Amino acid sequence: MTPVLDIRGLTKGFTMHHLGQGFAAFDDISFAVAAGEFVLLKGANGAGKSTLLRTLYRSYLPQAGQVLFQSDHGLIDLARAADVDITHLRRTEIGFVTQFLVARPRVSAEALVAEPLRVAGVPAEEALVEARHWLRTFGVKENLWPAYPTTFSGGEQQKVNLARALIRPQKLLLLDEPTASLDANARAALVQRLADLKAQGTAMIGVFHHPGDVEHLIDRVVDLSPNAPATEDRHDVVV
Amino acid sequence: MTLTLDAPRIVTVDPLLELHGVNKSYGPVVALRNVHATVFPGEVLGIVGESGSGKSTLLRMMNLEETPDSGSYTLDLPDVDGNLFELDRFARRMLCATRIGIVYQNPHLGLLMKHSSSGNVAERLLVAGERRFAVLREKATDALAASEFPLERLDAPPIELSGGMQQRVQLAKAIALEPALLLLDEPTTGLDVSVQALVLDTLKRLQQDRKITMVIVSHDLGVIRTLADRVMVMRRGEVVEAGLADQIFQDPQHAYTQQLVHAKL
Repeated sequence: MTPVLDIRGLTKGFTMHHLGQGFAAFDDISFAVAAGEFVLLKGANGAGKSTLLRTLYRSYLPQAGQVLFQSDHGLIDLARAADVDITHLRRTEIGFVTQFLVARPRVSAEALVAEPLRVAGVPAEEALVEARHWLRTFGVKENLWPAYPTTFSGGEQQKVNLARALIRPQKLLLLDEPTASLDANARAALVQRLADLKAQGTAMIGVFHHPGDVEHLIDRVVDLSPNAPATEDRHDVVV
Repeated sequence: MTLTLDAPRIVTVDPLLELHGVNKSYGPVVALRNVHATVFPGEVLGIVGESGSGKSTLLRMMNLEETPDSGSYTLDLPDVDGNLFELDRFARRMLCATRIGIVYQNPHLGLLMKHSSSGNVAERLLVAGERRFAVLREKATDALAASEFPLERLDAPPIELSGGMQQRVQLAKAIALEPALLLLDEPTTGLDVSVQALVLDTLKRLQQDRKITMVIVSHDLGVIRTLADRVMVMRRGEVVEAGLADQIFQDPQHAYTQQLVHAKL
């Protein structure tokens, strides 16, 4: 089967001009992810796990290698795709989930959650109904839905963020520690949503501080530690 | 070392706006040096850079207020052909009035301060040939409502309004004819923070509901980050870097962009 994502020889480092030096984040990474497959990234802090996710999403520019994505429009190399193509894919096929909400002044929680659907052309009323469903699922209290999340607690903001990031099924989902500091109910809702998306065929690459949360979803582990074997089956890995 | 990006393959529509090799000098001062810019339909392009970087000059050229020493400017619109810098004054004025909207940092540049707010918006419609009073009033009111201007103040002249309200009148005037291109020159600079948030929210809503293509110039990186899909960084009249907004802010490549991003509070 053709993989959804085929990463070949991906390399990323940063140049810090004011220090006149650069440092490597990761070097020559290769692995592939199939539809419905869940890959866990492993490695100590600083091994480049989040950096890899951001590079796949193109928030970071890679320096070498290929990221071949099987899009609805055919195979495209995310490492070299034009900015407008990346913007389009982010709206339609590639999602990124972090633990941080980017709130905007004077935009309600429900409007923020509905936004990805609105951008995809779903009518306002329908998008709002769906948004409220996900806010309820992640345990955001109903009286907060029309409020502005800029003033919410960290935990509530995080739930709004999950509802927003997961409202729309994507072909590829990048997960950067989405469970950190979530309460038990929200964590259970998140794991359930991920399981459903996985069953629907979403390919996932994730970084989790406590992989135990998603243990039953993990198909494969990729270790980014220096000198680690390229990839391992999940069965021989202690998570 | 970074990879060279491919031409767009998924988004196959032509860009709405293209600038090629734009140069402009004022005497010995180089304002723009070989500037290229591309904006796709529905896209929001942010232009950042310090004072004197040429960003506002570039925006004025997009509004055909100035002509460069060399270079070309095209808009992919029906009945609009060729290099727009070569249009005569009349054609240029008509194109600006009907297809391009602009909001200036200084409301005095865009508004007649002692005429009514609705009259200011209606004037734009008059230029485009509308003469029926009822239609003028109705369309002006619609545009002001879309800009979230309080309709009980329709007849108030801008001079009596707050800064945030003046920007809404400018915005209403800019969008009254449903332009293909909306240009914003520091639209929130000088407004206090809460008013700034309201104006940003209005712009974001217009972008979502009407899919207006926008070019926004600001030295406020927060404003650019909120609105722009793509960012162009200018310095001393040159484009030093361009890319996706999050990439420019999280992984700036050029030394100047790194300096700029790290200077943000």
